[in-house]
Amino acid sequence: MPEPLHLNNPVTERRIFNARLAVCLLIVVLMAVGLMVRAAYLQLVEHDRYATLSDENRLRVQPVAPTRGLIYDRNGVLLADNQPGFTLVIVRERAKDLDQLLIELQSIIEISDREIQRFQKRRKRSGAFFASLPIKFKLTDQEIAKLAVNKHRLPGAEIRAQLVRHYPMGHLTTHVVGYVGRINERELLKTDRVQYSATNHIGKTAIENFYESVLHGSVGHETVETDAQGRVLRTLERIDPVPGSDIQLHLDIELQRVADQALDGRRGAVVAIEIETGGVLAMVSKPSFDGNKFVTGIDSKSYNKLRDSLDLPMFNRALRGVYPPGSTIKPFIGLAGLDTRVVNYYSRVRDPGWYQLENDERFYRDWKKGGHGWRVNLQQALIESCDTYFYDLSFKLGIDQIHNYLNRFGFGQRNLVDLPGEAYATLPSRDWKMKTYGKSWYHGETLLAGIGQGYFSVTPMQLATATATFASRGKTVQARMLVTTPEENWPTLERQKLPNVELKRKADWDYLFDSMEKVVHSARGTARRISIGSQYRIAGKTGTAQVVGIRQGEEYDADALEERKRDHALFVGFAPVKAPKIAIAVIVENGEHGSSVAAPIARKLFDAYLLTKPNMGLKLSNTP
Amino acid sequence: MQKTYQHQLSNYQNPKPSLGPRGVLARLDLILLFLIIILSGFGLIVLYSASEQSQAIMARQSSYLGAAFLGMLILAQIHPRHIERLATPLFVFGTLLLIAVLVMGTGAKGAQRWLAIPGLPRFQPSELMKLFVPILVASYLARRPIPSSLKHLFFSVVFILLSVGLIAQQPDLGTSILIGASGFFVIFLAGVSWKVVMASIVAALASLPGLWYVMRDYQRQRVLTLLDPERDPLGSGWNTIQSKIAIGSGGMEGKGWLNGTQSHLDFLPEGHTDFIIAVLGEEFGFIGILFVMLLYLMIVARGAYIAITADGTFNRLLAGSITLTFFVYVFVNIGMVTGLLPIVGVPLPLVSQGGTSLITLMAGFGILMSINSDRSLMRH
Repeated sequence: MPEPLHLNNPVTERRIFNARLAVCLLIVVLMAVGLMVRAAYLQLVEHDRYATLSDENRLRVQPVAPTRGLIYDRNGVLLADNQPGFTLVIVRERAKDLDQLLIELQSIIEISDREIQRFQKRRKRSGAFFASLPIKFKLTDQEIAKLAVNKHRLPGAEIRAQLVRHYPMGHLTTHVVGYVGRINERELLKTDRVQYSATNHIGKTAIENFYESVLHGSVGHETVETDAQGRVLRTLERIDPVPGSDIQLHLDIELQRVADQALDGRRGAVVAIEIETGGVLAMVSKPSFDGNKFVTGIDSKSYNKLRDSLDLPMFNRALRGVYPPGSTIKPFIGLAGLDTRVVNYYSRVRDPGWYQLENDERFYRDWKKGGHGWRVNLQQALIESCDTYFYDLSFKLGIDQIHNYLNRFGFGQRNLVDLPGEAYATLPSRDWKMKTYGKSWYHGETLLAGIGQGYFSVTPMQLATATATFASRGKTVQARMLVTTPEENWPTLERQKLPNVELKRKADWDYLFDSMEKVVHSARGTARRISIGSQYRIAGKTGTAQVVGIRQGEEYDADALEERKRDHALFVGFAPVKAPKIAIAVIVENGEHGSSVAAPIARKLFDAYLLTKPNMGLKLSNTP
Repeated sequence: MQKTYQHQLSNYQNPKPSLGPRGVLARLDLILLFLIIILSGFGLIVLYSASEQSQAIMARQSSYLGAAFLGMLILAQIHPRHIERLATPLFVFGTLLLIAVLVMGTGAKGAQRWLAIPGLPRFQPSELMKLFVPILVASYLARRPIPSSLKHLFFSVVFILLSVGLIAQQPDLGTSILIGASGFFVIFLAGVSWKVVMASIVAALASLPGLWYVMRDYQRQRVLTLLDPERDPLGSGWNTIQSKIAIGSGGMEGKGWLNGTQSHLDFLPEGHTDFIIAVLGEEFGFIGILFVMLLYLMIVARGAYIAITADGTFNRLLAGSITLTFFVYVFVNIGMVTGLLPIVGVPLPLVSQGGTSLITLMAGFGILMSINSDRSLMRH
């Protein structure tokens, strides 16, 4: 035994032990009380605060995107709808390393740097916890499969089903309907943060843009219970979003298609207007492009190609193209001449092929070398498009009268009442010239205005609207896109309705209609070729507008000029002459001849509109 | 007085065999047993909710409980004298195992706590030391004059720090604290003079800043988090913030069994292990916490009664240490979950899921019961 056995005094020892244990037990009780005080503090005193925190933890109010309103043509054909698509989203809080994740994703499917940039921008703006931010829309089946296989490597990346805007007619309607695209920073500042909290796209152009507030609808909300990973477990409360309103357009997609095909391979524009309503039946600008590409984010290569193309496919010529109207203006000048009694049906002009002002050496040439004869009256001048007659007439009218009459047809103004974007074209006047150039008006400029050249310019939309008003014998036609009657809170444009054009003698309309009918349906008419086989009567006027001024003494040689410097070909017309239903303006850039290039396009539209039985498709009413 | 002396002698000289079919039950302390059953039963109810009603976890925990009860039953039959006799070999054996853990242990999350000996279930040797250390210190001091001399105190402290140091190397702060506490309780109960106690407390407080330098990064992190949980709300502060929310949102009556949102929606990590009191507080409210706290205090009271009435220094010291250490579990665990203490891996005794600590705890209760019967026998 290394250690001796100690016998302690058990009484002392027990006393010490008991005292020590008592001290310990006292401390134990104090500590237990301390813990209970702490628990009481958390559970009784601070209960409300923690109860709120607990609810904040598990409850999340998330916005629900409204379904965007649909866009239909006049026959109920869908021009813009929403299709389910799969979108790759990233939930930042679930990704371990965001940069790494993006690199991984890029190695699995094609994601452009542009898409990454957009995502990063959007991410910086979004403050919400566990928000799912889109990075790539419209995943293909193949991409979905690739992502699914690699899912375990991609925490934070998820695939969500979403409705994505789709334009079934592709490039046919891009200039009319426009397109939506991802909301950019500038747009985000303008939009209501709450309303757009679940929306990724916004109307960028045309109808989609102007009627954004109508089409978008109102955001809904749902209160969901989530777990710590932000996964939604159940919906506790839901306020449904209000879908956007549908919009029906006057557009007739079949007519649009005919116009598009007729213009194929050319640069130009066609606008067709229903005279009764002013509804725009067709509005084509060629070349066009497919707006669908912009919905999901166009790649920069395609975008640059579109942007840099000399043919300007993204430019809406029908609204924004500004062209000299050329001879298509002559019926309007003629109308001014008759109504002011500057000329009558029998006034005749000698046309040697040129016109000259007193004290002016300049030769104002007729398009026809040698002229149209010795005794040209207004009707003949319209049928054969005699320039000399109109030089003479406009000189006699003077620029003030010309401006006065043409102004009443809406020239120089913007006419489309429910879609912005029309360019200002010029109906010249003394005031205008003084304001613009600070110079007084010259007689020679009146002559040029009289044949739709010089300062005079129009947009295809304007030309079509003026033609429609003309076709309705002066009853003002206002061009409009929407069949749907706008509600009070819809966006509107400041457009004044012009007073009707009242002629002193109604018979002048018949005379002018007859003259324009003969442009098409007489042997000498410039547009006689399109009368062949027509089952109805067409009134029209061809036009050829110079792109570059031809200097004096220089022969006009089309071959020598670059293709792009060739004359623009124009045609305006309406049909049937007895009771006009449709008015059309056609402009073919560098098409050279209104008669052979522009007029046949109009004929195809007339046929399509007047001869095809009305489409018995769904007619939409305004109230759902 | 005479009688006690003789008993002390007789304890050493003629041990009485007391095993027998009736003896097995007779050596159990029914009051303690009752309290333990109530507590572990309630623990199972809470665990059922905390484990997302997992059949697997319930089955495993039940089998652990069964094994632990069996262990308690067996230890209750062993006379404390045998335990005292084996104190030194057990301690040496445990220390060797701890060294083995450092050399060839396995584990997860950067800690090396487990020992896998072929043919045996994997276990944590540090758990054994929770009992071996107080046994050693109690037997060492009991055999020497009381109040203990400074020399003996010094050696006791050396034994304690040796084990604590080895375990801290794994690292396992929670177990180190529990073992350190169990050893020092023995010293304190043995009657070390107040001067020494005060001096030690002052020295300990003074060395606190120095502790910062020996702490590991994650431990420092936990201390900083305690001081300001909002410092890193999604990282190290997450557990404390979420457990406070869980407990606080429970209120007086709680959200009801199985209705805790913090735990069921995964906001509360470790809800079925170290943080189970948060689940309890959320679902059973302040009343629930009060209930378990009362159970714990009753167990401590019963343990203290056994210690006070125990015969023999060794028995008293060991019983006192086991009882007080049991409360340290409770205090450290609840203190950490309610955000009073830094996060330390200490389970809530008899409630948290987990086998090893449960078996150790029940073994401790077994020893308590054995000590209790030792006294009872004398009375007969």
